[in-house]
Amino acid sequence: MSENNSVLMEVKNINLRFGGVVAIQNVSFDIYEGEIRAIIGPNGAGKSSMLNVINGFYHPQEGEVWFNGEKRPSMEPYQIAKTGIARTFQNIALFKGMTTIENVMTGRQLKMNKNFFWQMLRYGPAIEEEVEHRRRCEEIIDFLEINHIRKTPVGALPYGLQKRVELARALAMDPKILLLDEPMAGMNVEEKQDMSRFIIDVNEEFGTTIALIEHDMAVVMDLADRVVVLDYGKLLADGTPTEVQSNQAVIDAYLGVPH
Amino acid sequence: MFYRETGQFKSKYREELAAFPLAEDKVGIAILLVIAYVFIPIFGIPGLSYEFTMGAIMIPVFIFTITTLGLNILLGFAGQISLGTGAFMGVGAYSCYKIMTIFPDLNIIICVILSGLVTAVVGMIFGLPSLKIKGFYLIVATLAAQFFLEWAFIRVAWLYNYNDSGGIEGTNKEMFGLIVSGPQSDALTRYFIVLTLLVLLTWLASNVIRGRIGRSWMMIRDMDIAAELIGVRPLTAKLSAFAFSSFYVGISGALMVFFWLGAAEVESFDVSHSFTYLFMVIIGGLGSITGSYMGAALVWVVPVLIKEIGKTVFGFDAFVMENFSIIFLGVAIVVILIVEPHGLARLWQITKQKLRLWPFPY
Repeated sequence: MSENNSVLMEVKNINLRFGGVVAIQNVSFDIYEGEIRAIIGPNGAGKSSMLNVINGFYHPQEGEVWFNGEKRPSMEPYQIAKTGIARTFQNIALFKGMTTIENVMTGRQLKMNKNFFWQMLRYGPAIEEEVEHRRRCEEIIDFLEINHIRKTPVGALPYGLQKRVELARALAMDPKILLLDEPMAGMNVEEKQDMSRFIIDVNEEFGTTIALIEHDMAVVMDLADRVVVLDYGKLLADGTPTEVQSNQAVIDAYLGVPH
Repeated sequence: MFYRETGQFKSKYREELAAFPLAEDKVGIAILLVIAYVFIPIFGIPGLSYEFTMGAIMIPVFIFTITTLGLNILLGFAGQISLGTGAFMGVGAYSCYKIMTIFPDLNIIICVILSGLVTAVVGMIFGLPSLKIKGFYLIVATLAAQFFLEWAFIRVAWLYNYNDSGGIEGTNKEMFGLIVSGPQSDALTRYFIVLTLLVLLTWLASNVIRGRIGRSWMMIRDMDIAAELIGVRPLTAKLSAFAFSSFYVGISGALMVFFWLGAAEVESFDVSHSFTYLFMVIIGGLGSITGSYMGAALVWVVPVLIKEIGKTVFGFDAFVMENFSIIFLGVAIVVILIVEPHGLARLWQITKQKLRLWPFPY
């Protein structure tokens, strides 16, 4: 929970169309530094598209993304990753052929820069760099309690753990803002509790700003500081969980209205 | 029982990141090196003549292992498929030939490495389509590279110095007073050079693969979208994989002509060879350095041995044995792929797993 409400990221009047399909229509909202911001809405509301706009995978036809107080120019995803935005995916997108520790190490990729020559010799700067980043990765692995699966290929892990490894990989990027796309989809109650605990811990201990999409309303209302509600690509409501809960438009969108 | 990590504690990340963290592996590699450097040169392979051992088994297997390593880097680690391996070997061979004619006094090892670099550049150019296309479509693009290069090896007479045969041929090359390449060179000298290069290249490949660049290749292979969102630039990752892979393939092509065959024509680099190298990689195991060794050895040695045994032991006609070895290899490939689709490397891994507990069931 943030005390000072400084805006870390702001999206302004985003319009995203795929051919004739309007995915996002004139949506604006902001994310404060250090808060947990939830994006909710029925299926097809444009939540994931919104995350894809934020991390540069989709380029909106209109609208601006402001980050760190600056308007962000049109960039490729790998450039945006450099600015400090990390994310996890709705359908787990781990590197299946690699072990847990290797997957977490991939998060440090951008912070490593030793050239091909040293890499080939794996000596001097290259190995020093490797050790230095390995230390940080081990901290994160410790933090998320996945030590025991450090050397297991991630393809062989159960679903809940894979989600956790994915979170570890995103955290290894030391992001300013962490985008979580349905971090609790398909989990049982215990796994959801674990995941919620980790999300809160990450937010409080690392001070990472978090934007998450989630369908489990109980989780959203407990975790989030502020909630954005989207429906059919439009912004329906924006406010604290209690405000959103009592908003008539939101209730209509979720429960339906009599015609 | 004999192969286990129990009790081998590491207190530094550096130790754990070593090439062979387990003592058993270190011993195993040391034994293999001693066999390769001492026993085979002195005793040969029991039951086979010395000339045959060197000329038909050891030297070609080492050379093809370098090829397989190269292709495995591209296919197994970076996930970019290529059917142009044969032609890229040709690029290595022809460029080595040209470098040797332009700089006749240059050390042949340097020529070979330079030809690897030339191939790396060519490989990068033909790797450009991989930025846009994947999978089967990329196969077609690399096949185009194969046919274009074959055409160039025939039509561009400059490449073979306008000679009448249309092929390239090695001349005697000396190094430290020893003839190391060409018709008068000793098989043993060539054996040691090829072996040393193989060991060096294996070491370099394993280093790159375990580091930042190797990880970026595997990221692209496993999930290219996630890789991009984490900050891997597809252009750099894919082209560096093509370059590094082609470097190996080019070196092996140059070695094949100047340290094994002695002379070559365009037929040595045709598409059927590309397929053979692809077999080696797939049978050995995608994404495994050990697998590259095993695949190259199996695909090359088994037919050669069948032919030799059929000829000497059973007295069959060479032509019959030629066909028989092809049939046998085909069956072996199918059986291995059914038993273990991930190749010999996976079988070896499973064996190691079993060895950890042997002789107890669990």
